[in-house]
Amino acid sequence: MSKGNKTYWKGIEQLKNDPSFVKNAQNEFPEFLPIKGSSNNSRRDFLKMMGFGIAAVSTVACEAPVKYAIPHVDKPVDLDPSLANYYASTYTMGSDYCSVVVKTREGRPIKIDGNKFSKVSVGCTSSQVESSVLSLYDKQRLVSPMLDNKETTWSELDKYVKRKLSSETSRKKYIVSHSINSPSTHDVIKLFCEKHNAVHIQYDNISYNGMLDANFEHYGKRKLPSYDFSKADVVVSFGYDFLGGSFNHNLFNKQFTERRVVHRDNREMSRLYTFEPNLSLTGANSDNRIPTKSSLYPIYLSELWNILSSKIGKNVFAKYKPPIIKYDSSKKSLINLDILEKVADDLVENIGRSLIVSDSNNKSVQLLVNLINEQLGNYGKTINVNNSYNIRNGDDKIFNQFESDILQGDISTLIFLNCNPVYDNFKISKLKDQLDSVSLKISTSDRIDETSILCDVIAPDSHFLESWNDHEPVENSFSFAQPTINRIFDTRQHQDNFLIWSDQKISYFNFIKNNWRNKQKLSNSDEPFQIFWDKLLYDGVAEFIPEKNKNENPLPNPNKFLKNINTDINSLIDSIETSSNEFELNIYQNLTVSDGIQANNPWLQEMPDPISKVCWDNYISVNPKDANKLNIQTDAGTMSTNILTLTLDGSSHDIPAIIQPGQAEGTVGLALGYGRILAGPVGDNVGFDAYSLLSSKSSTQNLTISKVKLSNSGKTYRIAQTQTHETIMARESVIQETTLEEYKKNPSAGKYQFKVATSKGKKKPEEVTLWNGHEYKNHHWVMSIDLNACTGCGSCVIACQVENNIPVVGKEEVLNRREMAWLRIDRYYSSDADVDDLQGLEIAAENPEVTFQPMMCQHCNNAPCETVCPVAATTHSSEGLNQMTYNRCIGTRYCANNCPYKVRRFNWFKYHDNAQFDKNIAMNNDLGKMVLNPDVTVRSRGVMEKCSFCVQKIQEGKLLAKSEKRRLRDGDVKMACGTACSTNAITFGDVNDVNSKIRKKLQVEKIDKATLKLKEERAYAVLDEIRVSPNVWYLRKVRNKNNV
Amino acid sequence: MQTKPTKLLVHFGVPFSQFFGLILLSILLSIPYQIIAQDEESQEYDPSVVKNGENLFKGNCTVCHAINEVVIGPALKDVHERQTEEWIYAFIKNSQKVIKSGDEYAVNLYNEYNKTLMTSFDFSDEELNAILTYIKDESSREIQVVVADANQGLEGGEVSSVSSDNLYISLGLNLILLLIIIFVLFRFTNLSKKYVLLKDNQSKGKLLDEEDLEVVKSQFNIKKFIKSNKFVGITSFIFIAVFVKSCIDGLYTIGIQQNYQPTQPIAFSHKIHAGQYEIDCNYCHTGVNISKSANIPSVNICMNCHGVINTDKPEIQKILTAYEENRPIEWVRVHNLPDLAYFNHKQHVAVGGIECATCHGPIEEMDVVYQYSELTMGWCINCHRETEVNAKGNDYYKKLVELHNSSSKKPMKVEDIGGLECSKCHY
Repeated sequence: MSKGNKTYWKGIEQLKNDPSFVKNAQNEFPEFLPIKGSSNNSRRDFLKMMGFGIAAVSTVACEAPVKYAIPHVDKPVDLDPSLANYYASTYTMGSDYCSVVVKTREGRPIKIDGNKFSKVSVGCTSSQVESSVLSLYDKQRLVSPMLDNKETTWSELDKYVKRKLSSETSRKKYIVSHSINSPSTHDVIKLFCEKHNAVHIQYDNISYNGMLDANFEHYGKRKLPSYDFSKADVVVSFGYDFLGGSFNHNLFNKQFTERRVVHRDNREMSRLYTFEPNLSLTGANSDNRIPTKSSLYPIYLSELWNILSSKIGKNVFAKYKPPIIKYDSSKKSLINLDILEKVADDLVENIGRSLIVSDSNNKSVQLLVNLINEQLGNYGKTINVNNSYNIRNGDDKIFNQFESDILQGDISTLIFLNCNPVYDNFKISKLKDQLDSVSLKISTSDRIDETSILCDVIAPDSHFLESWNDHEPVENSFSFAQPTINRIFDTRQHQDNFLIWSDQKISYFNFIKNNWRNKQKLSNSDEPFQIFWDKLLYDGVAEFIPEKNKNENPLPNPNKFLKNINTDINSLIDSIETSSNEFELNIYQNLTVSDGIQANNPWLQEMPDPISKVCWDNYISVNPKDANKLNIQTDAGTMSTNILTLTLDGSSHDIPAIIQPGQAEGTVGLALGYGRILAGPVGDNVGFDAYSLLSSKSSTQNLTISKVKLSNSGKTYRIAQTQTHETIMARESVIQETTLEEYKKNPSAGKYQFKVATSKGKKKPEEVTLWNGHEYKNHHWVMSIDLNACTGCGSCVIACQVENNIPVVGKEEVLNRREMAWLRIDRYYSSDADVDDLQGLEIAAENPEVTFQPMMCQHCNNAPCETVCPVAATTHSSEGLNQMTYNRCIGTRYCANNCPYKVRRFNWFKYHDNAQFDKNIAMNNDLGKMVLNPDVTVRSRGVMEKCSFCVQKIQEGKLLAKSEKRRLRDGDVKMACGTACSTNAITFGDVNDVNSKIRKKLQVEKIDKATLKLKEERAYAVLDEIRVSPNVWYLRKVRNKNNV
Repeated sequence: MQTKPTKLLVHFGVPFSQFFGLILLSILLSIPYQIIAQDEESQEYDPSVVKNGENLFKGNCTVCHAINEVVIGPALKDVHERQTEEWIYAFIKNSQKVIKSGDEYAVNLYNEYNKTLMTSFDFSDEELNAILTYIKDESSREIQVVVADANQGLEGGEVSSVSSDNLYISLGLNLILLLIIIFVLFRFTNLSKKYVLLKDNQSKGKLLDEEDLEVVKSQFNIKKFIKSNKFVGITSFIFIAVFVKSCIDGLYTIGIQQNYQPTQPIAFSHKIHAGQYEIDCNYCHTGVNISKSANIPSVNICMNCHGVINTDKPEIQKILTAYEENRPIEWVRVHNLPDLAYFNHKQHVAVGGIECATCHGPIEEMDVVYQYSELTMGWCINCHRETEVNAKGNDYYKKLVELHNSSSKKPMKVEDIGGLECSKCHY
């Protein structure tokens, strides 16, 4: 090398002459893009294949395959091929419940929507509910009853069970189940228990024991009360994820966001404070989030009680002065007192309009929460104890009795009723070796799972879509389940088992009917029973409020409880260890796989976690500072991370970690529901089983585990994330937000208007456009997404997947960034860095503000994808839709390259009928295929796809209007995502229709050549500066932040 | 020298078009002339009443009755001459009552038709009158039907009756003519050669010099001709052109199943059901107005009639066994659209008002159904270009029609309201 010539290095690798770099230096792409089978094919092979192909085509073309059309023998009157039927029913899985409407085609359930008549689940669905339709078509389900691991018949099974039941009378009999909210099922179990002297015990995967016991002690009712977040101006949550991991979170989402949507005439919104260790969905949606260890809740709550007592005590508790909770004051420094003062001020200002909730499973802590709520006058306003929930009744204390019974060998019969406690119960999972002494073990599980494999009898229960049932999720609110398909396999409802085993000669269906015949008499209805019953099934829900419903609320003397609480709280506070290298582990339930019951459902496995965007795994979430200490090396490019060794009580486990901004320092999080070994081919050995970490020594389930040691094993692991870029890098045209303070002054606050510099001065992008614009004579479809209402829960993502036959690609392909979701929810963290500090902007703040942004095809009026397609496979419609024609697409992927929103998805493989993608069970076996929507094409390899604005639903709605000879009414066309959304964040409609909701939401003033002039100040188009003129509008996020 | 293929075609074209005319003429002449006599005595009925009656008749009666045929019930031709109107009305409204009253004619009728009861119909007198008027009209119409057919034949003959058979005949005739001409020319050349040589001999070589002689004596060398560049060039060009063209044409027909006529498991004849008995399509294909698919009728629909009719025939036996064994009949699907295309019968039939025959052809003449149309995308698009939107009385289209009329004088076609857009059929 001659002197004076400078040498430039492409990078550090070249300088180092790293062997792996040298090897790949000649390659065009640094990253190896694996497409299996393509590398070894030579040109000759290609020609051979082509020759064969032509020969094959000409041979095949000689004779077309014969297709058959097979009609019914006796066609049911209300069933017409290609017409959908809808049935009201009820979702139930584990302890959960949802009133639903099931869409069936040709007798197959293909989609589940919420039942709008329901006041409990308020007509929306969660990702769990949406996915449950695929669980019906799970090949892993048992096809017949099993006796000693052999297939048998029901009559054989009944004979065996009855003989065994009557032979043993001295030892105890237990029925173990999740919380059951069905009155008729309770009656049936009661009949059985009376006949055979059995005991029915219930548990919940996430125990609410503390809250239930506290309520019982407080006002004598061991039930969860109804909360009303829509009446609360201030909500304070101590770790309680009411928007995500809670029971009935649909309703809470709806109530909460009712108070979050602002517009010019209503500039008030509620405020949410969250104190929590893991960044939960509730934390992500809160105005002020305070990361804290969950062991500090007792101090926070005691201090809050004390502050409130001094501020308002005299007014509310006029008769007596509320006592102060005394505790070790040295611990006071552990908490953030400044923010607590602010919280207290806010609460005092909003007496009777606030709500305090906590996820603690400690009775005393929950009792303290109750007392604070009472002090704030929330009972009877935001909390209603009359309409209590029945969907969480689990009692951990009974399991202590159960434990001692089993250890003494005092149990003869165990019936596991649709539950899998060996996997998910903190007591029974540790007792599985003791089950041998039980002579009759029955499971009603639909598959051979961790529990049923230990049972001698498996009596597979029918799926809820194949069953009759009634439910009472909330006192006096009923919901009904009716079969929407004939039983696919030789299964039997568990209620029928109990009726047969207790020698009742009635089917469960008639049993329910009789029950309701009696209930009808109470409801003063004089119509014939059949009409009454048909109406119940048609509506799916009913409310019967007894006349004697006193609206009394408890207000006992707090002194009575405080003495006990005081000692308990003090012992809790004393046990807090201030300084240590150990971590506090917080086990939680995420929104995807949830409690693990549907672990074999690939839709849930591939759904990205709303916060971390991880799918197909669970992980330890670590605070960035702790991650530094643990020296965790992550790489966003290869999505690799380190595996941590978690040591607890002497045993250690290897679990991958991710760095989670917002995780409280000194704490780590881990999700439940993973690590199943007998769920089925999809769910087996995915992630780590967090249930196994729960201690069976404590009398109640405790999800917070202290004294966890962590060390970096140094091993790397690839973890699949659908979004690796964390912040928006101050790009205001993507996410816009403001604070309520600013918004009150000026509704346009936070608006970012890009201006183009021209020779005639700065101009708005639409004034310098090259495009001619469109004229939409008939309809003009527009969607708006209110970022203030979107909580990021992701039920829309699954709804879209079900409706549009979107394939599951598996972890490997997600790692290759080839996920297929048409609708994704982008999650952005805020950054602490300056706007100019580009490197700093990439790093999320330690306690970031979170924004969720659902992103799908924006149906641009000036679509950049349309102009680059060489074969006109993507074109513009006269209704504003950007159309994608699969059969015309040749797969150049120019459109995806030219899409500024990156919403186009390419079919890299044939995902249907392909053994390589066996996890895509909805397209790879005949049973799974029954879930496919027949109105939407299953795409093949090599074509592009994207959100179509559910064009099949638009066409269906238009056809309905045409056949009724009328204009389309607003609401005739509903998107799958919008229907699933519990917070009404998504509004869709025809802006050419002056009465449409979308027109009102966006306050459309004028439409000029498809360009909307909007009066709504919050509305903005993402990436406005490139003037693609999208038909999806976002409404700016407003935070009601309390600046401390 | 190169001969362009277009020229070649022109040479062929001239005699072809002449012959085509000749052949057309002969075909026209060959159509047997039919003496058409109008039934001058036939009574004229109010067409609106007849139309109303026709609708009622087709909607309610055709299941069991036809005008000229015995179905389940008697043929109804000239029924008004058999009984009084009052009697007929009473019988339609409640046949059981009439039979029970002991009316001799009614009892005989009941016995004659296997003691099958006629369903009672709650028609108003006006409706009954309409039905009867329709029957009267139909009864007097018989000869007119023939007239219409013959007329159609004549009209059709002029325009499009050159079917493929005739084309081949004309081609054959052309070929024969061509051979005759070649033969005649050949003979003529030989004769003139002989004549010239004879004359030359007579004048002892004075008439022709050597060059002329060479020309006259020259022999046509077929080997040389075949080996000549011209011949090889032209022939190989024609061969390649024809081959390529047929390959392309062949490729275009892949997947097109026009005229596909599979054998069905039961020899069901649309000609009898839809043609002879004029059963409304909707009666069996129940989905045609309400859903995407028109529906292949389920066995219970067949059983509505065939529970009683012709139960002893072997083909009908197949239906009965299927019904008794609760085993569905596996009909072979005739019309197959690819999965990527979405077609909805309701849109076309109920909303668009398209006749079934537009796409399915003369079903009423088919013993075994075949695919009448191409069912290609080009065929769909073409129809969308040409068909006017059935917007009359439909509020959905009201605004669209106004907008269209303000900018165009032509009627609003499907194409004008986005009927050619991709996602109308592909999603």
